[in-house]
Amino acid sequence: MSRKTSLSKLVDEKLAGYIFIFPWLIGIFGLTMFPMLVSMYISFCKYDLLGSPKWIGLKNFYFLFVQDQKFFTSLRITFFYVLTAVPLRLIFSLIIAMILNRKGLNTGIYRTVYYLPSIIGTSVAVAIVWRELFGTNGLINKFTALFGYQTNITLAGMPETAIWVVILLYMWEFGSSMLIFLAGLQNIPEMYYEAAIVEGAGFWRKFFYITIPLLSPILLFNMINQMIHGFLVFTQVYIITQGGPVDATLVYALYMFRRAFEFQDMGAASAMAWIMLLIVGSLSILVFYTSKYWVHYESKEGK
Amino acid sequence: MDELKLYDTNKIRFNKKLVVQIILHTCYVLIGITMLYPLLWLLLASFKTQAEIFATTNILSLPKKWLISNYIEGWKGFGNETFGTYFLNTIIVASLSALGSVINSSLVGFGFARTRFVGKGILFSMMLATMMIPYPIIMIPQYLIYQKLRLVDTFVPLILPSWLGTPFFIFLVTQFMRGIPKELDESAVIDGCSKFGLYFRILLPLSQSALMTVAIFSFYWRWNDFIQPLIYLNKPKLYTLSIALRLFADPTSVTNWGAMFAMSVLSIIPVFFVFFFLQRHVTQGISTTGLKG
Repeated sequence: MSRKTSLSKLVDEKLAGYIFIFPWLIGIFGLTMFPMLVSMYISFCKYDLLGSPKWIGLKNFYFLFVQDQKFFTSLRITFFYVLTAVPLRLIFSLIIAMILNRKGLNTGIYRTVYYLPSIIGTSVAVAIVWRELFGTNGLINKFTALFGYQTNITLAGMPETAIWVVILLYMWEFGSSMLIFLAGLQNIPEMYYEAAIVEGAGFWRKFFYITIPLLSPILLFNMINQMIHGFLVFTQVYIITQGGPVDATLVYALYMFRRAFEFQDMGAASAMAWIMLLIVGSLSILVFYTSKYWVHYESKEGK
Repeated sequence: MDELKLYDTNKIRFNKKLVVQIILHTCYVLIGITMLYPLLWLLLASFKTQAEIFATTNILSLPKKWLISNYIEGWKGFGNETFGTYFLNTIIVASLSALGSVINSSLVGFGFARTRFVGKGILFSMMLATMMIPYPIIMIPQYLIYQKLRLVDTFVPLILPSWLGTPFFIFLVTQFMRGIPKELDESAVIDGCSKFGLYFRILLPLSQSALMTVAIFSFYWRWNDFIQPLIYLNKPKLYTLSIALRLFADPTSVTNWGAMFAMSVLSIIPVFFVFFFLQRHVTQGISTTGLKG
């Protein structure tokens, strides 16, 4: 009897934790760590799914960096996309969050409406609408026709503008980051602003000396989160432009997908995956590292 | 004289306030219209004839005649499969994923928030680190593994990951459970409650709102997911809605635009309903996880 209780006590105190996290342990090793190792191995191999992987050393990397032109094209397009879409979305959602965060206004309904696109924005249905709105028979031509001009502008069909159609869709889904900012704004104690007003501070001073510092942890979170997602854009491009016209929207994830599942070139695709991981990883570390210069944590003030 | 002046400035201030209010609300409404325009366009287009959809003169117009035929045509689907099949497939995948996410994140979240074990700190940071790993990184090797296990062309690759844990959800629930006062557990432990009892009787019921958020987002993500069904499902019988919708837009065949729009509308409706009825949980999830990140 006593042995049984001590055994169950042992289980309860020392092992219970492992039992609870066990499903996740299988997941992280089976579906994340192990695949990543496999992917690293395959990135040094030639593998087309049919035979078995054949070791070829650094040839995949040589192919991507030297022989293949599309690799750098896709990298350049993805960087352009991330560096425009992410800041634009952050700024836009911060502005909207600030104008919604006014006292004495009932803004609940607006919040709902603005947030709606975030929920359905990633669906194929919306991407299809987007393709139509910015295609040949799209919005802009209808708009100019209103004023009596027949135009044939197709934003999605022109290499210079196609990526902007995808950026616009990304902007349209600003709702989730807006909500995060809004929650942050509501947590800033009103007395800070009151004190600033007494001191005679104007809008910009209040913005740069109160709002931005107190919001910076949230800004950091939003930035890293959005950046990682930005590097991964796939569905929208796949549906709206399919990487075209003339590879003007061939984003990284799309090119990797093609290398893997259309060219059956698992080796180079795996190499691409690891290159992307290194890029995203080092950028995140960079942002984290610089964050100590611009992110303000309130608890630090006590030091 | 002084009194009059005071009165005047007050009046001006009052008017100024009103003007600001009007300007603000006009802005809100204009932004709102921009947000809703694409959806409204889609809804109206789904009732129009092909010619009417592409008439170049209108930015937004009501259909001349409200046609149901797009919906009837669209529902027929492709080959032998109707959209009923695609709906059913999507519902199966999305709800089983949601269930898996709730069970997994509550268990693992409890493990991290309420038990002690060797290596907990390291494992928790590993979990946070994997939150940063983009799906495409492990897309290819995962595919190879599922292929070796002969699980391509089943729903397993789409559902299993949720049962084995999504770091984002585990993090959310862990943080939520950490916020529940420990006094409750302590009194339960004194009464002889084991860890498992603690989980079932105290933490699980108290975490309902966090788990609701997990369920909703898990459901959404799977409902809208495109890349994984695209990789894993090659048999029309297994297609989910997102894959089926893309078939309409197949460049090799003539597109039935009206039908495509009609089915797009149907595919969004369930997401819409979940959103409107459970909005509080959705917004709470977003704002709290954002803050605690």
